[in-house]
Amino acid sequence: MNQIQTMPSRFRNPIGKFTVHRAENCAQCGKCAAVCPHGVHAKGGDKMLRPRSHLCAGLACARAADGCVLQCPARALSVEINPVFQALGDYRWTGDLILSTWHQAATGQLPYMEMENDCGASGGGLDRIRILLPEKTSGISPDQVDLRLNLNRRGDGRPEVVIDLPIYGGGMSFGSISQNTMAARARNAEAWNTFTCTGEGGYPEALYPYDRHVITQVATGLFGVREETIQRVRMVEFKYAQGAKPGLGGHLLGDKVTAAVARMRESVAGNALFSPFPFHSVYSIEDHKKHVDWIKHVNPRALVSAKVSTPADVEMVAVGSYYAGAHVIHLDGSYGGTGAAPEIAKKNIAMPIDYAINKTHRFLAQEGIREKIVLIASGGLRTVHDIFKAIALGADGVVIGTAEIVALECLRCKNCESGRGCSRGIASTDPELAALFTADWAFQRLYNLYASFAAQLRGLLAACGLTRVTELTGRTDLLTHLDYQREQK
Amino acid sequence: MSGKYHIDVEPEPARFAPVSKLNHIELNRCLGCLQCARRDCIYDVFTDRKFLPRELVDSANRLCKACMRCVQECRNRILIKALNPEYLELGNAYWTPEIITSLWNQAATGKIPVSGAGYEGPFSGEGFDDMWTDMSEIVRPTRDGIHGREYINTAIDIGRKPGRLHFKDGQLLDELPPIVSSPLPILLDLPPAARRWSAVKQAVLHAARQLKLLVFDDAPQSPDEHVFARYAPETDVGPDCPHRLFEFCLESAEPEIVRRLAARIRTLSRRRPDAIIGVAVPLEPRTQEAVLHFVDQGISVLRVYADRNGREFSKSYPRFIKEAVRAIHLALVQTGRRDCVTLLAGGGIAMAEHVAKLIACGADGAVMDEALLAALECRICRQCAAECPVALESMDAAWGAQRITNLLGAWHSQLIEVLGAMGLREIRRLRGEIGRVMFFKDLEKECFAPIFGKRKD
Repeated sequence: MNQIQTMPSRFRNPIGKFTVHRAENCAQCGKCAAVCPHGVHAKGGDKMLRPRSHLCAGLACARAADGCVLQCPARALSVEINPVFQALGDYRWTGDLILSTWHQAATGQLPYMEMENDCGASGGGLDRIRILLPEKTSGISPDQVDLRLNLNRRGDGRPEVVIDLPIYGGGMSFGSISQNTMAARARNAEAWNTFTCTGEGGYPEALYPYDRHVITQVATGLFGVREETIQRVRMVEFKYAQGAKPGLGGHLLGDKVTAAVARMRESVAGNALFSPFPFHSVYSIEDHKKHVDWIKHVNPRALVSAKVSTPADVEMVAVGSYYAGAHVIHLDGSYGGTGAAPEIAKKNIAMPIDYAINKTHRFLAQEGIREKIVLIASGGLRTVHDIFKAIALGADGVVIGTAEIVALECLRCKNCESGRGCSRGIASTDPELAALFTADWAFQRLYNLYASFAAQLRGLLAACGLTRVTELTGRTDLLTHLDYQREQK
Repeated sequence: MSGKYHIDVEPEPARFAPVSKLNHIELNRCLGCLQCARRDCIYDVFTDRKFLPRELVDSANRLCKACMRCVQECRNRILIKALNPEYLELGNAYWTPEIITSLWNQAATGKIPVSGAGYEGPFSGEGFDDMWTDMSEIVRPTRDGIHGREYINTAIDIGRKPGRLHFKDGQLLDELPPIVSSPLPILLDLPPAARRWSAVKQAVLHAARQLKLLVFDDAPQSPDEHVFARYAPETDVGPDCPHRLFEFCLESAEPEIVRRLAARIRTLSRRRPDAIIGVAVPLEPRTQEAVLHFVDQGISVLRVYADRNGREFSKSYPRFIKEAVRAIHLALVQTGRRDCVTLLAGGGIAMAEHVAKLIACGADGAVMDEALLAALECRICRQCAAECPVALESMDAAWGAQRITNLLGAWHSQLIEVLGAMGLREIRRLRGEIGRVMFFKDLEKECFAPIFGKRKD
């Protein structure tokens, strides 16, 4: 039975937000170990060990009257913000969010340290939206909350595919990430009865045991697409575009095309691979329908998802996809993760997902088809608050990618695209680097993160008086924007 | 059509160690296990590092990719990566350290900036940062971005375009006005303070010749087909002026000055039908009126310029260059005069995306100035009168020309990326095409106002 198990950092020196310094005048009295509730200070023999700074709860705790700094008889302790922490993160994924995600992956719990776990610091969109929690308790217990989501609402005779959380894993191809990472994601998807996605890079055998929880992708390069793989799965995703590089297609640099990757993709090792944009067989919704029909014919039991990015007319694309027969329309906003994308594309091209969700939701409702299609959002969703906000804005569920990678101790150094790939072994097919962690370690980290996400989401829904996550869709009244003056009702 | 325009780039390393974002700090107490050097670093920072005596720095900072593995694996925890205060002080709020270091990298490699992970910057911002370019999902012509087989044209024409042509018996009756083509919608200009360094000037001119671009230069003695010669407005330029391409550069849009200059150019251009005569006007509240007057007087190339951070020269509420240009563009469109003039704009053009965004707001082309200096490792400290920290006065012109070529190569590729995503095959079609861009204000109004009410600002 899967359960939360502590799964600490695989590195010798974990990075914490604070750094605790013990000066040489320490009398080795052990008073600090007695006052610290978090195990920062410990004695080994008759000497104090080096402080375990990453466990420190923060300046307020350490400098409180009963905290270690003031309690130290020799005044030998000082606590500061860790300069390495200050070097971490960016506007979207702040150092706080990275460490918070690491902590959740290690423990299954939100951190007790002083840090912002809910929002980034981008200064707009979801980062300026807040959840309005009712002051009165709702009387609903988080355990009662039903997080299940049915991915087939068409009533077209195809199976209803129900996932236990409104969250699944985004497409990351074999080649962009290691096989261990893929296998761990798939095992986690099975543990939570949800999905992960192969991306466009073929279907490695390591995923076969998890067929029921794998979405396979058909993208413009058609890498690794075979009838046999389409028939394995319960859902097939067309990738029309990717939020991080909309309109540009995909690109796997030559260095990352190892022999194994080349075999899977039926290409030549060492040669860069391009997925062109767009699908040269699709220039209209009618063409798109032919695509959908093709997959439906190859696998009569599969659901079809259309992953698109967010142009100004994204809502029209969504409606078109519905009439073409898709079960899921997956909007991938421009701030999502990527193996390699031009900065100019990541920053500028297409609309932030923050806007696209509600725009599409409202338009589908006006067209009278909102109840028939599942709207999934992705592209820069990092936390449970992001997920809650995305659903309240009008999505049915979300796809996360970067958060899973961060759970495996990615710190977004952004070098995944070049050379041997990720020095931390997550986004690399280099045999030596990919062996830096085991699939078991990675699975448990992902499991813990999902456990934390599920518990937080249940808590938020219960606090809002909702017993089903499906009731949250479109509940914009539960949100407020810090830069807006909501009219009094 | 002539051949596909292509910019050959080749790596041209920096002369000085670029200011890096993170500093590498080693505390004493190294155990000598050399784990970091032998195994951990996949970028070989510890085996390749050198001490650079000229600048008294360790090259580890430059080689490091900030993956933090050494920090996390050092057996005695003596390695630290910390933010470099010198990095944080680069440039200013407009020319941010990120922009400056990105320009250095592009100039060194000629490659467009590509990275993994998602976008890391703010949601939106001032100036060019409150707009996004659009893309087209399914229904669009095929473009495979920069990897494509189809040609995406970035050329613009500078000069007067006749409104209509007259033919008789298949023969063109009109005398066609002179026109020059630039293969990129980018003209080069050095900021005034840097014009005194001849090596810098040579580098810019050399790059312009190689790339077939135009460069503004204070009217030199001998003509050069790549030079757009600049005269002070009061200069007595006669019909024997050696240049075929020249402009009068105003320092204010004062109506009386504008009227007098327009009348003079009108006379001059009648006697020099072969010349393209332009006017440069600083952006200020009266500029739009001045531009309309010049156009009425038949002047067909207008360059408006903002300050170095892209702002109007105005004490109260200076608009950003793109808003000012958009207003001028719309005024020209509304009065039916847009196609009578080539509208160039410069000041604060710091990234390739700025060129595309400025054109979408109505300019025909952009003028690149301070970014040229950044290609030469300038730190935008704006202390040119004092000693230059990167010794621009003594740089090698050939080195500089390659750096500028590399930067323009990277910008060219980036323009093709955004045009490809927009489904446009030539940049001329982007001019004023605000249907292909999205503005922060509009999206907030359309998507958030119905939910959240009224925006506070």
